[in-house]
Amino acid sequence: MKVLLATLTAAAGALVSATASVAANSSNTAFSYQKAHAGGTLKLLASTAGGTLDPQVNYTLQYWQLYQATYDGLVTFRKVSGAHSFDIVPDLATAMPKVSNGGKTYTFTLRKGIKFSNGAPVTVKDVQASMQRLFKVSNPNAGTWYNSIVGSAACLKTPATCTLSGGVVVNAATNTVTFNLVAPDPEFLDQLAVPFGAVLPANAPAKDAGTTPIPGTGAYAFSKYDPNRQLTMVRNKYFKVWSAAAQPQGYPNEIDMVFGSTVESEVTAVVNGQGDWVFDPLPSDRLSELSTKYASQLHVNPLTAVWYLPMNTNLAPFNNVLAREAVNYAIDKNAAVKLFGGTQLAQPVCTILPPGFPGHQNFCAFQKGTGSKYVGPDLAKAKALVAKSGTKGMAVGIVVTNDTVNMAVGQYVQSVLNSIGYKATLKPLSANIQFNYIQNTKNKVQISLTQWYQDYPAASDFLKVLLSCSGFHPGSDNSINIAGFCNKAIDAKMAQAEKLSITNPPAANVLWGQVDKQIMTTQAPWVPLFTPKQIDFISSRVGNYQFSRQFYMYVDQLWLK
Amino acid sequence: MAGLAVLVFVVTICLLAPVYASHIAHVNPFTSNVQGTTTIHGKVVAVLQTNTLGIGVTPIGPTWDLSHYFLGADNQGRDVFARLLYGGRTSLLIGSLSALICVVVASLLGVIAGYFGGVVDWILSRIFDIVWAFPIYLLAISLSVVLLTSGLNLGPIHIGPGSMMLPILIIAMVFVPYVARPLRGIVLSLREREFIQAAIGSGASDARIILKEILPNVTPSIIVFFPLMVAFNMLTESALSFLSIGVQPPNASWGTIINDGLGLLYTRPWVAMAPGIMIVITAGSLNILGDGARDAFDPKAKLRGSI
Repeated sequence: MKVLLATLTAAAGALVSATASVAANSSNTAFSYQKAHAGGTLKLLASTAGGTLDPQVNYTLQYWQLYQATYDGLVTFRKVSGAHSFDIVPDLATAMPKVSNGGKTYTFTLRKGIKFSNGAPVTVKDVQASMQRLFKVSNPNAGTWYNSIVGSAACLKTPATCTLSGGVVVNAATNTVTFNLVAPDPEFLDQLAVPFGAVLPANAPAKDAGTTPIPGTGAYAFSKYDPNRQLTMVRNKYFKVWSAAAQPQGYPNEIDMVFGSTVESEVTAVVNGQGDWVFDPLPSDRLSELSTKYASQLHVNPLTAVWYLPMNTNLAPFNNVLAREAVNYAIDKNAAVKLFGGTQLAQPVCTILPPGFPGHQNFCAFQKGTGSKYVGPDLAKAKALVAKSGTKGMAVGIVVTNDTVNMAVGQYVQSVLNSIGYKATLKPLSANIQFNYIQNTKNKVQISLTQWYQDYPAASDFLKVLLSCSGFHPGSDNSINIAGFCNKAIDAKMAQAEKLSITNPPAANVLWGQVDKQIMTTQAPWVPLFTPKQIDFISSRVGNYQFSRQFYMYVDQLWLK
Repeated sequence: MAGLAVLVFVVTICLLAPVYASHIAHVNPFTSNVQGTTTIHGKVVAVLQTNTLGIGVTPIGPTWDLSHYFLGADNQGRDVFARLLYGGRTSLLIGSLSALICVVVASLLGVIAGYFGGVVDWILSRIFDIVWAFPIYLLAISLSVVLLTSGLNLGPIHIGPGSMMLPILIIAMVFVPYVARPLRGIVLSLREREFIQAAIGSGASDARIILKEILPNVTPSIIVFFPLMVAFNMLTESALSFLSIGVQPPNASWGTIINDGLGLLYTRPWVAMAPGIMIVITAGSLNILGDGARDAFDPKAKLRGSI
């Protein structure tokens, strides 16, 4: 998942230990509700709104965090802190599905007695309609995730008449929903567990709902949304806890996300108790102040994400592997970490899969020395490779977003490219358009700075999504393989790993690790820079901070002291 | 004279930027120095320092030592004072060149409109009106956003997206009506004067009348305009660069340095304050100089009120 407003993270000794304690307490035990802490209005602050409120369309962390308390799917990620937050548990389904037909059929039994926030009961028809709606509203991943469902091909062709005939079969008498897949898909449950898999009323509009809230089944319901002012969530009066691991009861009576302030004002508001949480990246010049004066209000957690420089493998100079290797040798990842905020805030990486992620193998191909831990750049080697590649003196445009951190890293990259023999220019663009701009081959972007945050914990979510031929769509704004990297042999190996993950996930992860290594050491389409950490700054009146590795801070679990 | 003296001082120290950077500070103000070090009081310190708690990175502040980061470093570890001097060269160059282009183009159009009148005047005046109808900064920002992405391609003329000529041309063009309209008014008035009528009556060509009779009479006004336009254009450049749509990195202008300093306001306010002070001093001296030029060349003019 691309997070449009990526988070600048921070840590301090005290903070690290606070985080460590959270990790140490990681368990699969659901949150126990303490009624005495219920009540009040939680005020979240964000500089801008996150776009459409439709959970089957919106693809931003900003709202995915909120959807955890407002919508449910048949399954979900476990609502706990720590590593177990990657576990999948039944949500609207009574139990995990019965898998049959060689992994191609999943049968769920729907819980009874659950109601949407408009009072209507949740039925199997709603489940079926919600899956059809994914195609009708042109869900961003309809063609890449949900194309494994039987009937999806017709739905992709003519979304308006989508029925997923034979793909989603419901039985009202037995209250069951059966999914039939065209081929076994090891990530099918992950894809149902994210907000795109939310079960919505069958009569939800068959188009992007925009600013109109759609009823859900969570502990809260969206009541008002004005993208210029505020998003309001209130308690869902029909909600009763059916599984605290899936949808726990929340604490605040109302949760507001207020838009329109600068991040400086947001920080000041939280310091003064006029706000409870800052969504936006914290300003670098406030970090020292916050870490010393308000250490207990800062929470730092590692993320499974990567900041990287994709190089266009189909456009000079980076259609030359030597040029790509040169840039990999030249960029000092430690410098990038420093520009991001320091070693406590990010960790330099040489791999595509972040440390701790399934399939990650520790290696570092391009650096001074030969160890697996990154030491530093080798500028001499980089200059020699540029000369050898015959690309010296070429003009290179670097496209970055125009916020402080991205601009700083971009300026550093520009400086390095100039130092190894290119004529580099920086092209800052608004965050609203940069991510799509760099994907479209028509814009002839040579190198850019971007980030990828996992959708769910699977190696394919990085390697297949970002570097397979299926992710490369020339001329489209939605060509997530930004490097335009397409290698049939590597694609075949990815397919092999995917297949293996159905029967033997550990072996598959080893194979994914080999794919990562093969891509980086032989093709070097990216410069992986660092994996960031998440920092949350909350007000002094807020307690019970809980962090999911999947969806980050649980806003509904914060209580107001 | 005071305005002129201050301006000469600012221009002189800015012109000496390369001398300062290479012979006194020994820095390259255009390359990142993220992992660099410097020596303060005999101690080697990192230019970008991670604070004691290991959270956040802060550039070193002013050392007030000309040979070692006199005004401190920016977030790329570059010497702020060296960039300030280079930035001054850029801001003054853009301000002066764009003012020159603006005044030349505006004079030409103003004189043509005022002298020929009729349809020519009507067409040119409507064009001035259209440009004038846009708020200056909105127009400049719009042009910058479009041109900085793709560059300018006009027939054989090609200006790359990162070229400094782009802000120069953009700023020059948006101010043309502000100079051309008052000049047109002056020429309209001159056109009816006896000596012009006499020249027409004696059969002088239009070109001769414009060059020999009109231009000498509007030149004092043009001279008065020039320093004022330099100041206006310099401010506009700073505003555009502050918004990242003027001078492009790694080049520096006072506006870009203020932008660089924006994220350091709490910890290193000098990064933003120093160029701000330089802009105030320079724009102030240019305005005083413009007033002096008006008093000397065009004492009866009311031009300042028209901008």
